[in-house]
Amino acid sequence: MSAWTLAYAVLLYVAFVVLVGGVVYRVAIYAMTPAPLRIPTMPAPRTKRGVALRMGREVALFASLFRGDKWAWIWSYLFHASLLLVLLQHLRYVFVPVPAWVVYESPFGSYAAFVLLISLAGLLGRRLMIARVRFVSAPSDYLMLVLLLLIATTGAWMRFAAPVDIVGFKAFMQGVMALDLKPLPASPVIMIHVASVGALMLVFPFSKLLHAPGVFFSPTRNQADTSRLEAQAEGSVAAADAQQRDPGTAAPALREGVR
Amino acid sequence: MSDIEVPVLQDYVPTPELHVGAMAGLKPFKASPEHQAALGFPGTLVDDWKDVAIRRLGELVEGSRALRVYLDSCVKCGACTDKCHYFLGTADPRNMPVARQDLLRKVYRRYYTWAGRLFPWLVGATDLTEQVLDDWYSYYHQCSQCRRCSVYCPFGIDTAEVSMAAREILDSVGVGQKYCNEILGKVHKIGNNLGLPEPALRNTLEGLEEDVKEATGVDIRFPVDVVGAEVLLITPSADFFAEPHIDGLIGYAKVFHQAGISWTVSSQASEAANFAMFIGSREQMQKVAQRVRDAAIALKVKRIVIGECGHAWRVAYAFWSTLIGPLDFLDPRYPRPQHICELTEGLIARGALKLDPSANDDKVVTFHDSCNVARATRMGDRPGGQFTVPRSVIRSVCAHFVDMDPATIGDRTFCCGGGGGLLTDDLMELRVKGALPRLQALNTVVQDKKVTHMAAICAICKTQFSKVLPYYGLPREMVVSVHQLVGDAIVLGAKE
Ligand code: HEM
Ligand code: SF4
Ligand code: SF4
Repeated sequence: MSAWTLAYAVLLYVAFVVLVGGVVYRVAIYAMTPAPLRIPTMPAPRTKRGVALRMGREVALFASLFRGDKWAWIWSYLFHASLLLVLLQHLRYVFVPVPAWVVYESPFGSYAAFVLLISLAGLLGRRLMIARVRFVSAPSDYLMLVLLLLIATTGAWMRFAAPVDIVGFKAFMQGVMALDLKPLPASPVIMIHVASVGALMLVFPFSKLLHAPGVFFSPTRNQADTSRLEAQAEGSVAAADAQQRDPGTAAPALREGVR
Repeated sequence: MSDIEVPVLQDYVPTPELHVGAMAGLKPFKASPEHQAALGFPGTLVDDWKDVAIRRLGELVEGSRALRVYLDSCVKCGACTDKCHYFLGTADPRNMPVARQDLLRKVYRRYYTWAGRLFPWLVGATDLTEQVLDDWYSYYHQCSQCRRCSVYCPFGIDTAEVSMAAREILDSVGVGQKYCNEILGKVHKIGNNLGLPEPALRNTLEGLEEDVKEATGVDIRFPVDVVGAEVLLITPSADFFAEPHIDGLIGYAKVFHQAGISWTVSSQASEAANFAMFIGSREQMQKVAQRVRDAAIALKVKRIVIGECGHAWRVAYAFWSTLIGPLDFLDPRYPRPQHICELTEGLIARGALKLDPSANDDKVVTFHDSCNVARATRMGDRPGGQFTVPRSVIRSVCAHFVDMDPATIGDRTFCCGGGGGLLTDDLMELRVKGALPRLQALNTVVQDKKVTHMAAICAICKTQFSKVLPYYGLPREMVVSVHQLVGDAIVLGAKE
């Protein structure tokens, strides 16, 4: 087995451990850090269900970003959606046999690569051209996009321009997962692609990519509007849930003139 | 009028070209050693300020999930960059919310993250230097903690939390802001922001009783320290004598009078404001809030009602449960605490007040949503009540009401420009420029809809507008309390 195979296998092991370990560690810290004061951005939902819906809108639709900046929303939404499709398509290297839904998803995942490229170019263009965004950008903000562009370009290149030994690559991946190494096909494009993915995984827990787990822990978005109920010592979200189901029970107390 | 370059009102607020450093020189006066000592902060910059600041930053991050998540999560998307009234008014890019956060974030990254320790130049991390401390003092005192930016951020990143933390760090190394810290000292020592002692308070309110009697012929009381009153009114001390606030206080008194609700103010807690929120000190905030709880128990009241004050309503509505809760000694049939607008709306809804809206026929009124009320609290029993309740009160007492541009009201409201502990003359330039977006929207309805008055429910907003309106050629008398409109429309003595 070649030194390359070994090096890439080690890279993937290390990157996987750092990504999973790092994110779990970060999430544990978020979860354990106290959030004593209620700071939801109002109007906020009054129930757990409502909060779940609000969070769903943020994660699935980027609802706040949509209100804030339409162009940023368009590029970023296209980027994340196409990234998701591409990632799903890559499950074919993980599962044997390939599940039927991954097979059906595959063409979408393949062509999403073009959307990924275009949207990354859009994001980079914004960052370079809008003075306000440029002012707040550090080198890492550009490099992150360059890295993703590199991943997307090499990926699309292999898929559409210069097909490589996919069967061999799949065998390599299976080997890595089974701790029984098989040779990595000797293709520079594959090597660049996998190395840059490894780099992305390595920086994930140390960079702004923490926005992905972070959004779920954002107190302005994940807290319910229950502080006044708590001030009344009637319990917390549970009480609000009950009240939402049966507004009649609590409504009089919130109205002047029940005497 | 002074040498401030007042922006010109157009039909929209243009996003300015960046003018780096435009406001770097603006700093509010620093607190004197005595002001600092009264709050338990070092009097002057401590020798080992760098270590103290870095340690305090670490402690704050460990104690606040908000801070921790927000310092990690910003992707520099720029959605917040054109949302801050201070950036729109001053063109200084460090007044863009994300750039304001970055002043703290770059230090946090340098000392508390691997990326910043190993590759500071790559991720924009920097050492804590005197220059950085200086920038903190400038730019964290150019944020009114209005949270407009957090509405638009995809992750809800709340710059107010960051600027509160930064001010807390500044206090801990001995560089406090005079305006806030001096006022907090007065609250502890005397009971209110204005330093109005009990005899003076009683005097003022007695004088007010006479004035109202003269004007209306009716005996309307302004009681102080009445044990056993039903309602304890907690209202900003500006309501006791500042214009136009005082007409709001008269309005509350008329409402209580007509509804037959006994009420009192407390000399011990004669102040709704809690400036500790502005300086980010939980400990101070708790102490200031505790006065209210103690006063309510001592006076054996059944309800606490908050007067027209934006951040006080935030502290009461959102923070009291944590700071001084549970308020289980109060009557459970009413919201604990209750806003004066909720009380008045309820009374109007049940017909307990006889109103004659024609008293306000000379006015065309619009309403300014105060940031803290709009984005940090609720009124009534459904989401968004903080917008509908005050408007419903105004509509009941005033035939002519119009709203400003929807993009500048509700949860998208623009700050008056004076909130968050910035309502001081040494920040006048910032206050004038920061008022631009709000006053642009106001001017549009003045021109197009013949609006004559803007009602507000916040003492800071009212003072700020009275002061900055003339800079823009608008009359200061435009600003009124919501309860002034109510008070003028109440038909006294007509209750059966
Ligand atoms: C819960 C999942 C996620 C959510 C809700 C989310 C949301 C967002 C949003 C709203 C933005 C701002 C868009 C903009 O820059 O205009 C953003 C930026 C970004 N996201 Fe995510 N994201 C998620 C997961 C991920 C993941 C897994 C990656 C992995 C690579 C990622 C990579 C990025 C990058 C690189 C940017 C910066 C784009 C730029 O430089 O302009 N995101 N994300
Ligand atoms: S909280 Fe308000 S003043 Fe502060 S940065 Fe955000 S928009 Fe500007
Ligand atoms: S909107 Fe939020 S994520 Fe985007 S730059 Fe501003 S603070 Fe950062």
